[in-house]
Amino acid sequence: MSTLDKTPVKRDEILFEYLVRLADDRLILGQRLSEWSGHGPELEEDLALANIALDMIGHASGLYTYAAEIEGEGRDEDDLAYFRDDIDFKNFQMLEQPKGDLAYTIARQFLFSLYSYLLYMELKDADDEQFAGLASKHLKEIRYHLRHSREWVLRLGDGTEESHRRIQDAFDDIWMYTGELFEMDEVDKKAAEEGFGADLAKLRKPWKEHVDEVLDEATLTVPDDNQYMASGGRTGFHTEHLGHMLAQMQFLRRSYPDAEWT
Amino acid sequence: MKESANGTKQNEWPLWEVFYQPNNGKPFEHAGSVHAPDAEMALQNARDTYSRRNEGINLWVVPSDQIVASTPEDQGPFFDPANDKAYRHPQFYSVPRAAKKRK
Amino acid sequence: MDEQKKLDEFQRRIDNGEKIEPKDWMPDRYRKQLIRMMSQHAHSEVVGMLPEGNWIERAPSLKRKKVLLAKVQDEAGHGLYIYSAVETLGVTRRELVEEYIYGKAKYSSIFNYPTLTYADICAIGWLVDGAAIVNQTMLAKSSYGPYSRSMVRICKEESFHKKQGYEMLAKMANGTPEQKKMAQDAVNRWWWPTLMMFGPPDDESPNSAELIKWGVKSKTNDELRQSFVDRTVMEAKKIGIELPDPDLKYNKETGHWDYGEIPWDEFWEVIRGNGPMNRERIRARRKAYEEGAWVREAASEYARKKKLRDEKAS
Repeated sequence: MSTLDKTPVKRDEILFEYLVRLADDRLILGQRLSEWSGHGPELEEDLALANIALDMIGHASGLYTYAAEIEGEGRDEDDLAYFRDDIDFKNFQMLEQPKGDLAYTIARQFLFSLYSYLLYMELKDADDEQFAGLASKHLKEIRYHLRHSREWVLRLGDGTEESHRRIQDAFDDIWMYTGELFEMDEVDKKAAEEGFGADLAKLRKPWKEHVDEVLDEATLTVPDDNQYMASGGRTGFHTEHLGHMLAQMQFLRRSYPDAEWT
Repeated sequence: MKESANGTKQNEWPLWEVFYQPNNGKPFEHAGSVHAPDAEMALQNARDTYSRRNEGINLWVVPSDQIVASTPEDQGPFFDPANDKAYRHPQFYSVPRAAKKRK
Repeated sequence: MDEQKKLDEFQRRIDNGEKIEPKDWMPDRYRKQLIRMMSQHAHSEVVGMLPEGNWIERAPSLKRKKVLLAKVQDEAGHGLYIYSAVETLGVTRRELVEEYIYGKAKYSSIFNYPTLTYADICAIGWLVDGAAIVNQTMLAKSSYGPYSRSMVRICKEESFHKKQGYEMLAKMANGTPEQKKMAQDAVNRWWWPTLMMFGPPDDESPNSAELIKWGVKSKTNDELRQSFVDRTVMEAKKIGIELPDPDLKYNKETGHWDYGEIPWDEFWEVIRGNGPMNRERIRARRKAYEEGAWVREAASEYARKKKLRDEKAS
């Protein structure tokens, strides 16, 4: 949604918007995670990160496909992924940040997987059969992402001095992007009223409690909420990283739009 | 910890043997091995490495150095005695034709 | 038992088609050859992630992105399977890895070429994986149990690798003019390096005879190369791709396709380190290894501390 777009009104329009937001989050994070392929710290972790990336892109693909179907204008998942600009992408800013070192990748994965887990626990009961079905299917995989990233937070936090410093830095750097995960805008409110959206503000407490618990066990300090918090991903307002990522991701498909690429 | 070729002290995660159960009720089979720092990560690495195509529904991981294996020298005393006990094998018994069919 | 008797008994087992297991007696030379060959194979799988990984972020559809990511991930898995198999011979993965990123150990030269367009990904799937399948199908019958078992698993998983490449290349070869151009260009560049993958001609292959005697391999480099050429010629025809060899023609007497002179000078140069991407590939792997050190250490340290805590608690 650029600054020019109107808030959706009809149920289908709201559902479309809601699905695209979730899909954008997952595509962008999946794209970042896939950058690890061939460059992981050990072969086993290369495989693990690729698995999470594949899940993320798979989830995005399922959500885009359903969104396109709801929209009914003949678009498909690739139209949504490849033919929208950065001001049309609705992902959280946290997810477009460069992959950083493994500490950064893990800290982000943990915070986002925990958020996704709590969110999808709600969405699996969404008042829309197909959406609920997708959510409960994806929930199984999210549960594993949470387990994997949580275990790594513990190991890096309570590992060596260097790993402790690196992951503490990572949490400190990311923290400013956690605020917008729980913001409720018009779309979120309407989606909740329609029975297929979650009350995000309510997720904040259990999310924070679990983050506190895990970071404490990992001997890490939870960053202060009282700092500048980024906002705007859901309206198409992004950091500069997204444009570069999309330029890379979309260039081939856009250069030859009439060619078949599937 | 051995000195690494580039002069840094690099340690290597221990090796674990991975077993998976292909289906409910089936015996576990050896899949291969993974390196992992501890049991939890060994289990996760086993999952990410050996069940990418839903090969198994359950996994076991065992530190490789905990596996006790028979040696080739054992082959005679361990396995030969069983060789002359044909009565342990179903092929030892003949079954009437009609009974066979009912299977 | 004296050495010669052991050796005869070993050869008898090989000739009988028996598998050799890690704890079995084996000639030192057999062990050494296996370590060399298997670790080269494992390194190749891992380095092989780089040229293809180069296109994951730019894959032209979500489907192709998933396919490519899954394929590159499989290569990490295959490297891992083979390293595990070599480790049964009493070496560690770390030693082996350091031998190629800091030392002189080799990996397949094919990965020292760049992937310039997306069609390269398709050509690699069709040609490079096609060649790998010919080789690995043979190795699945290898006399060393762990190697053979890892190959069986890999062959099963790799069947989609070639198929996805061939399928997409077919689409490109019959697509828009730009796609056709990319497809043909990629095949032109990958054809000869792929033929070199089978190794030097038989009369210049120092290890072949020994590996065949010991049942590690069952066919010579030239035999494998020929069977690859024979099947690939037909596949190229089907999708309207030309193979860049004017001397390629069917030989009625042998029943095989004769091919032109392979540029062996280039092959030896790339092996010596003078290929377009040698430095870059090694640099990328070294970087991953060195930047991963603190992660591996952290996990080991955590495990050590946790063990101490658990012991204290009990």
